[in-house]
Amino acid sequence: MRGLLNHRLFPALAMSAVVVLMPLVLPSAYYYRVAALVFVFALAAVGLNLLMGFAGQVSLGHAGFMGIGAYAVAIGPTHLNLPSWLAFVGGAGLSALVAFAVGRPILRLKGHYLAVATLGFGLLLAIAFSNEARFTGGPDGMAVPRFAVFGLSVRGAQAWYWITAASFLIGAVLALNLIESPTGRALRAIHDSEVAARVLGIDVARMKLAVFVVSAVYASVAGSYFAFLNGHITPDVSGFLRSIELVAMVVLGGLGSVAGSLVGAALLVMLPQTLTSLHDYEHMALGLIIMLVMIFLRAGIVPTLARALRRA
Amino acid sequence: MTELLQFAFSGLTVGAVYALVALGFTLIYNSCDVINFAQGEFVMLGGMTAVFLGLAGVPLPLAACLAVVLTVAVGLALHRFAIEPARGSGAVVLIIITIGASIFLRGAAQVIFDKRFHTLPPFVGGDAIRIAGAAILPQSLVVLAGAVIILVLLWAFIERTLIGKAMVATAANEIAARLVGIDTRAAVGLSFAISAAIGAVAGILITPVALTSYDVGSLLALKGFAAAMLGGIGSAVGAVIGGLVLGLLEAFAAGYVSSQYKDAVAFLVILIVLLAMPRGLFGRAPVERV
Repeated sequence: MRGLLNHRLFPALAMSAVVVLMPLVLPSAYYYRVAALVFVFALAAVGLNLLMGFAGQVSLGHAGFMGIGAYAVAIGPTHLNLPSWLAFVGGAGLSALVAFAVGRPILRLKGHYLAVATLGFGLLLAIAFSNEARFTGGPDGMAVPRFAVFGLSVRGAQAWYWITAASFLIGAVLALNLIESPTGRALRAIHDSEVAARVLGIDVARMKLAVFVVSAVYASVAGSYFAFLNGHITPDVSGFLRSIELVAMVVLGGLGSVAGSLVGAALLVMLPQTLTSLHDYEHMALGLIIMLVMIFLRAGIVPTLARALRRA
Repeated sequence: MTELLQFAFSGLTVGAVYALVALGFTLIYNSCDVINFAQGEFVMLGGMTAVFLGLAGVPLPLAACLAVVLTVAVGLALHRFAIEPARGSGAVVLIIITIGASIFLRGAAQVIFDKRFHTLPPFVGGDAIRIAGAAILPQSLVVLAGAVIILVLLWAFIERTLIGKAMVATAANEIAARLVGIDTRAAVGLSFAISAAIGAVAGILITPVALTSYDVGSLLALKGFAAAMLGGIGSAVGAVIGGLVLGLLEAFAAGYVSSQYKDAVAFLVILIVLLAMPRGLFGRAPVERV
């Protein structure tokens, strides 16, 4: 039992079980939709967690990459006549390119300076999306054509549940493998001390850039799914608040915990849906819960609970 | 020339508010290494409380004082009940706590006040003053004068009083400060109180010019944070210069480029400055220990 609990892919196994068993308790299409949203944000959060939890680099602009993915699948089919799957792949490729180009200069910045630079980057994208109305429909946003492969279009919340769940699980397994690879160990070394990592012969700049690009692709894919799920996107998808939300998901669930990113995403996607019954008190409750979780479960929900379980 | 002067006036007015928010960030950051994203909510609370006390019939000067007192109380509560219990957590965890606090305060303001825009009557009446063809509202001069007075008072407090020096000592080295008998917890609490007071005053001063509502805080926090980083975090001079530069950049970008892209221009310049000077304009280079 202990061996299983400590196995590298145990989190992936546990999360797969959740994915397969969930449909037994989901009562309606609405719940499938919410669950799909959870997986979408969890995917983005896993990518950001690689950057924040392992390499120790903060990004307050990752929603910008979600925006690239989202607008790629909206603009590609509408204005460029691309098939939606090609726009989807193209969006991810574009995000990787942008992350590479932007990451090279700004990853030299450290700590809060990196935070403000990424924040500026995300803001620039959001401003561009809301002002280039010819392509993006401006602040009102634009419609997203249905996702279709070889003439088969995807419709219905259940179909999206399985697609997003499978994508999330693939993303999670890739992340878990990356963490245990030499690259993952190098990233953790950078997190502990950049100087020490450099002394050990790790190419710090290259490693940081690589993980930044990977996390951008995760966010972009999540952004594309988000656009498909909603059928309509606005510049808010890449806004500052969205970026903050992603960071909050990672930290609430647990920095450096892949399963934590799923829990964090579930918390922040579902809380507003449940709290609407509180009407005006919704935001107060949300803020209070975020503060309480961080004060009492400092290491994040999953790592704190896992430690408690192991001790028990 | 007239145009340039006009843009400069409006940029300096907004910049003064950014500078005060950035100063609040700097004070708290120096005392306990926390980036307090609830800083913008202090500005909102100051403005909104003054507005609503005014509506309830309280004369404006008294309403303003009460608004500052209330905001200081909120700042102290934030330190006592949210930051203090989480001491020793990582920087990102503390940031998320302050973001939680800012969501909480915004939600509370929405319930206690309302969701509409509000304004205050200008503190000094009269028409716009004309200088070389450019117009400046008397209230804008009040904002600038208020910012200067706050800066002088803060400087005098920190440089000339024993309590201020205790705060500097806490910022420099907390353990050493405790060893010489300084109550560092109180010093950190004091920095929250002063930051809250500065934010509240900024909120009251700007409300007659720029309107206020329950949700103005997050944008101000963003701008103030950017200004503080532009100046170099931890430097009070940097915070003030960063705020003024950000305000001027926005005003000139809005006037000469396009008002839709004013924030984009401002952040582009910040990015370029940071790439050239990775520690901001006035930041000191740190030494990394292994």
